[in-house]
Amino acid sequence: MSSKAAAMRPAEIVAPAFNAAAVRAEFPILAREINGHPLVYLDSAASSQRPLAVLRAVEHYETTLHANVHRGVHSLSQWATAAYENAREIVRHHLHARSTREIVFVRGTTEAINLVANSWGRGNVGAGDEILITYLEHHANIVPWQMLCAATGARLLAAPVKPNGELDLAAFRAMLSARTRLVALAHVSNALGTVLPVQEIVHLAHARGIPVLLDGAQAVPHQAVDVQAIDCDFYAFSGHKVYGPTGIGVLYARESLLATMPPWQGGGDMILSVSIEQSSYNELPWRFEAGTPNISGAIGLGAALEFLQSLGIAAVAAHEHALLQLATERLSALPRLKLVGTAAAKAAVVSFTMEGVHPHDIGTILDSEGIAIRTGHHCAMPIMEAFGLAATARASFGCYNSTDDVERLVEGLKKVRQVFG
Amino acid sequence: MELKELYRDVILDHNRSPRNFGHLDPADAQAAGHNPLCGDKLNLTLRLQGDRLVDLRFDGQGCAISTASASLMTEAVKGRSRDEIAQLFEQVHTLLTAPTGEPPAQLGKLMALAGVAEFPARVKCASLCWHTLNAALERAPAPVSTE
Repeated sequence: MSSKAAAMRPAEIVAPAFNAAAVRAEFPILAREINGHPLVYLDSAASSQRPLAVLRAVEHYETTLHANVHRGVHSLSQWATAAYENAREIVRHHLHARSTREIVFVRGTTEAINLVANSWGRGNVGAGDEILITYLEHHANIVPWQMLCAATGARLLAAPVKPNGELDLAAFRAMLSARTRLVALAHVSNALGTVLPVQEIVHLAHARGIPVLLDGAQAVPHQAVDVQAIDCDFYAFSGHKVYGPTGIGVLYARESLLATMPPWQGGGDMILSVSIEQSSYNELPWRFEAGTPNISGAIGLGAALEFLQSLGIAAVAAHEHALLQLATERLSALPRLKLVGTAAAKAAVVSFTMEGVHPHDIGTILDSEGIAIRTGHHCAMPIMEAFGLAATARASFGCYNSTDDVERLVEGLKKVRQVFG
Repeated sequence: MELKELYRDVILDHNRSPRNFGHLDPADAQAAGHNPLCGDKLNLTLRLQGDRLVDLRFDGQGCAISTASASLMTEAVKGRSRDEIAQLFEQVHTLLTAPTGEPPAQLGKLMALAGVAEFPARVKCASLCWHTLNAALERAPAPVSTE
């Protein structure tokens, strides 16, 4: 090939770092049509789709390994236990936690935060104390603290957000006080995509001896997370937002804190011995996993994290960032469309409104074109309120999305404008 | 699933220029409707003379279907008795959820909502105003009986 020809075809001489079409092919559901159009799935922030690797891992477990864990002497039970505990090790490795003793399997981010509010919260938060969150939080990181405050007489404070969707760090700093018992905030905002400066926040909080909980539901799918480097005390995420099954999630808790926390739910598996008078509790982390756990879910989550690692989290992040840039550029160029949340550091989430068109109508018209987006308040009503909005339309991207998906979205939005004028 | 059936010209017109939009003060009754799925909020105020709904206004924020449905509803129910309104609601409900072959001629312009039945996710948008009206009528003082 002559150098001139190469110069004319730059796309072919640069080896693609990330093969979005090949990644997409790993997700069977993305092959289906919706309303006569190939599916464009832009709702991964609500729930991502599952790759074959996850579906097969779950099927393999269900068809060859299933029995209850931590109980039987028979082979299946031992295999199921090994597979379940192997998933815990995959999670530990993925989060760079020190020990699997710090990895508790739960139903999802919501249950993880409720566990901390009920177990750690009841023992450490009292009347007059304060819990500091931000206006960007998902309801899952608001309501459990409201419930804890109602039960203990503590107060819930929320740090404000700047007009571009970034946390007002100065205001946050000013709201930290001698009464603050816990800081709880999103690593990445689900409604706007803002990436929060969590390391700096942990540093500020720890300087006052305040532990920090991070809601990582929107971060784990999009970036490498190192809980030791961040130095947070609690980190929660959900399986189904990171290409794993629903009904499984993780609470990472610093061992020195977890060791002091009483069990939240009682039952089988979380005990060493039980008499009618009293029980002695199991070791970490099983003390916090009462009852038969979601074994296949944990195994599916392990497969999902390994799938993400196999793609390379840095490559996925770079691919998604390119999609975010393209979508931001193309949507900004559409008349009477306004982006909501334009933080400098963002995950691949584009929240927007169109003048004269309610987000719900945008969602219906895009759906008729086979494009799935989220419309509404995104379970984050306080931030919507702060922006004076009842709802936005939100397109969120995952590893399987492509530049074609962005173009289809743009065409769909032009159709919305045609209908509504 | 035909988009044009949902966003008919009448719907788009009533969304752009909702009729009876605003707030009656004083009013005989008021109610607020809320659709938590999409965040739609609707406030309704009304005046009665005896059993008859003589005036009503709505405001709030909602999607095109919810706004147009409320606007069309205010035109359709103004001047009607409670019984007539209850019958109309029943017919609209059937139109939205289980449309039968022959729509009653009585529905008039409300027939513009016929396309909603094809979009199950949007039925709640169209019926929010009717549920809100019901709530307001239930709160309104019952007419004094002369018997």
